Amino acid sequence: MGATVTANTVGKVWGGANEPLGASYGKLMMWFFILSDALTFSGFIVAYGFSRFKFIETWPIADEVFTHFPFMHGQNLPLYYVALMTFILIFSSVTMVLAVDAGHKMDKAKVAFYMFLTVVGGLIFVGSQAWEWKNFIQGEYGAVESKGGSILQFVNSKGERLKLSEVAVTLPEERVQHKKSNGIWFSDEATLPSYSVNEVLAGFKANKDVLIRIETIYSEDTKEIKGIHPTLNKEKHKIVLNRAESEARLATAKDVVEGANLQKNEYGSKLFADFFFFITGFHGFHVFSGVMINLIILLNVLLGTYQKRGSYEMVEKVGLYWHFVDLVWVFVFTFFYLV
Amino acid sequence: MAHAHESNTKRIWLVFGILSLVTIVEVALGMAKPAALHHTNLFGMNILNWIFIILTLFKAYYIVWAFMHMEGETKSLRRSVVWTAVFLILYLAFILLVEGHYVFGVFKNSTIKWNF
Repeated sequence: MGATVTANTVGKVWGGANEPLGASYGKLMMWFFILSDALTFSGFIVAYGFSRFKFIETWPIADEVFTHFPFMHGQNLPLYYVALMTFILIFSSVTMVLAVDAGHKMDKAKVAFYMFLTVVGGLIFVGSQAWEWKNFIQGEYGAVESKGGSILQFVNSKGERLKLSEVAVTLPEERVQHKKSNGIWFSDEATLPSYSVNEVLAGFKANKDVLIRIETIYSEDTKEIKGIHPTLNKEKHKIVLNRAESEARLATAKDVVEGANLQKNEYGSKLFADFFFFITGFHGFHVFSGVMINLIILLNVLLGTYQKRGSYEMVEKVGLYWHFVDLVWVFVFTFFYLV
Repeated sequence: MAHAHESNTKRIWLVFGILSLVTIVEVALGMAKPAALHHTNLFGMNILNWIFIILTLFKAYYIVWAFMHMEGETKSLRRSVVWTAVFLILYLAFILLVEGHYVFGVFKNSTIKWNF
């Protein structure tokens, strides 16, 4: 087909007037950027899938990790909050489309109004993300880490989760956090947990009702594990051990873990926390930059830049980016919370 | 532009309705986790997970086609973006998930204890 270029178009091929795929230069480049960014995100999410498949029997169950909802304290409410966040982001996508639509009609006031709503939606979403991170970092029940690096959680004789404060006793011992200011000047340590291993162990010994829940998920393949509790275990739930095996496992306790960070995770696999922070963080960063770009465009709309230019295509271009951020979230929502 | 720009506010709200509805269905299924779907295995995953993934792709289609206005672009642009992404992602997912499953088997059946 290359040979069929006719004489009267040749002059325009490199002049900027040519639109090879029927889209303007800026729009085409935005599509290429989105494509490459989509592949980056797929790389991350597929890497998450790899780690999850690798540790499929011990991976944390998302419903047990993300259970908070604002102003609803102490209740087990999985999915609702993240569903709300999804709605907020989808809705801000809708206002973005409405801004683009108003732009086609050269309706400056409407474009500005809908761009403003989009920015607000984006900010609410980033704020919600921060709250979600806060809960994850703070943790809820706390756990003990064994020498082998696996997480041991506490349940009562009915299989209900127990907080560290419900298990541990207070012993007359004190351990001061090693900071650069009070110890060796070139090293320090992380904030100390509320209870020491000894306090948790003493509390466990004193209360015969307390049992240990391990990371492994109960199924056909794992029901042969030594010391499984005879009645408390359910399909696709974390395994609860009987008292004798709980004692044996707890004898290897090394650390008390509260909450999650890049090194420790009270919910189970450390990789879960690492991927959660990295992928939702990378997405949150996209949302944040989207909000910033939207603000700049909103400012230009208010200044009348696009009205003078006679086209609101800039709004369309940032719109493409904003919808892409929404698109990625749809996948993050599925792979982190639902699946 | 290859496509005409007419106002389609009605369609935007319709798509919003569809996306919301699908999200509500996903959350309802995620809360209920019906054993008939959850305690199954089809090609290495339970049917509930397959439903979630299909619903997600359904949502992704509406976001790209309606919100990003892919339906109004030329066929060549559509293909160069969508096919590239779809093929590369399918390939990557296939390779890495099969490998992950294999490593899981190696860990599970090995003589070295890792989970203690």
